[in-house]
Amino acid sequence: MSKAIKKSPWVVHFNCNSCNGCDIEFLACLTPTYDVERFGVLHVGNPKHADVLVVTGSVNNRNKHVLKNVYDQMPEPKVVVAMGACPATGGIFADCYNVIGGVNAVIPVDVHVPGCPPKPEAMMDGIIEAVGILEKKRNGETVPPPVLPVKTVKGPEAPPMTPEMAAKIAAAKAAAAAKAAAAKAEAEKANENQEARAE
Amino acid sequence: MSMLVPFGPQHPVLPEPLQLRLELDDEKVIAAMPVVGYVHRGLEKLAEQKDFIQDTFLIERVCGICSFQHSMAYSMGVEEIMNIEVPERANYLRVIWAELHRMHSHLLALGLLADAFGFENLFYTIWKVREEIMDAMEATTGARVMLGACCIGGVRKDISPEQAKFVLEKLANFEKMFKRPAEVILGDYSVKERLCGIGVIDGKTAYELGTVGPALRGSGMAKDHRMTGYAAYGKLGFEPIVENDGDCYARTKVRVRELYQSAELVKAALAALPEGELKTPFKGNPLGEAAVRVEQPRGEVLYYLRGNGTDKLDRLRIRTPTFANIAPLLRMLVGCGLPDVAVIILSIDPCISCTER
Repeated sequence: MSKAIKKSPWVVHFNCNSCNGCDIEFLACLTPTYDVERFGVLHVGNPKHADVLVVTGSVNNRNKHVLKNVYDQMPEPKVVVAMGACPATGGIFADCYNVIGGVNAVIPVDVHVPGCPPKPEAMMDGIIEAVGILEKKRNGETVPPPVLPVKTVKGPEAPPMTPEMAAKIAAAKAAAAAKAAAAKAEAEKANENQEARAE
Repeated sequence: MSMLVPFGPQHPVLPEPLQLRLELDDEKVIAAMPVVGYVHRGLEKLAEQKDFIQDTFLIERVCGICSFQHSMAYSMGVEEIMNIEVPERANYLRVIWAELHRMHSHLLALGLLADAFGFENLFYTIWKVREEIMDAMEATTGARVMLGACCIGGVRKDISPEQAKFVLEKLANFEKMFKRPAEVILGDYSVKERLCGIGVIDGKTAYELGTVGPALRGSGMAKDHRMTGYAAYGKLGFEPIVENDGDCYARTKVRVRELYQSAELVKAALAALPEGELKTPFKGNPLGEAAVRVEQPRGEVLYYLRGNGTDKLDRLRIRTPTFANIAPLLRMLVGCGLPDVAVIILSIDPCISCTER
């Protein structure tokens, strides 16, 4: 039994809030060119059969329950691999209103694979590292959480609105409205012409 | 007596979280209701907080499968507002990368469809062919998925004659390697059993429900936005591909034929690649509004942009092809059996990440 876990980690993949970039690269790992199955890695659909959880994308308010649910259903020992920049810190979407942050906010992560998206080779490295951690966990050792390569950074605050800026925006809006009105008038005129011609 | 079966969000067949609540009578679907929001990030709002040059790279991340076409549509929108003329060479390079993206996306969709009806060998074979296209993209831009090649005013990367030769070699490999899987997916008896006559929608209904892309062209309507000749399509002579049956098989056939067509377009664009600048320099900020449509692998995407004269956009709105295809999908599902649900969903090639942004 223990030998089987060591030799053949079963992987379940959960797309959390991802843009698909990491997902298709992870699927490419399973296909003949990269073929992680030669290391015994098997992709399964049921979290109850899996040793390794691969997460892509950041966490939002809607899918955090689903992620927690999938994680809780996996038997011990289990390892979480976060693929890409989004599950580490939120990535390019860190400032979005609907993004809570990295996967760390909901479940503990053991391996981070950096990149947006990481290359399939890096993803395979991540899974092989996870196998080592799985073995340690099975032996009852405590594994320290990984140090993130980057800190979670929120973007700079928007500068305060100065009167000049407000005036500039108002002028721009007025110009855009005038342009739109002119276009509308022209369209109406064209319409009238057409009607007149039809009559 | 009917019962309710939740399909998804974590389902082995779906690469992305989408839930369909299926109302079943025995094994027959009476009604389907989509439940969305699992991958909503709020990208449109974030695009208003970043400046419009950074947005080009943010908008690539709307979707990882058709990323180049998203950045291309956005750049075309800003160019329209600011009256920037794109150099001819950049237009041809855009067509080359857009068509390579269409090829990898269609191969991905065909592979996942094969997985949905349980033909795992075919799935692996098609994905092996797809790696040829990924190699061509990596050799020309340095990235496999997020190319980062498009920018406002043109493109950031160039294709040298050696790279062009490599791409042509890869396309020849693709044609050689795809011959057998194409025969299987279009001619095999067991595949036809799962695809023919499943999820039928006629052309008129499809058009009225606002279907786009291969799903509409599979129902006999010749609607493809490349016909308008944006970028360099007008000079390359483009004809849309149409099939008439309106079932899963017709939609699959459209994708297979479009693959060969895209390969021909890339070859033609490489042969006719004019010399010149890669991008037009520009100054200032966008002021005004523009609506741009671009044909993606899944259909037509609409970008609406409004600039207010500052470096931040006032509003960015994206209408993606899968959003338009969900209404016809619900119509297709009515009356089918539960085992066919996965096949019908994947026959429209859904991209939930685009839809929810």
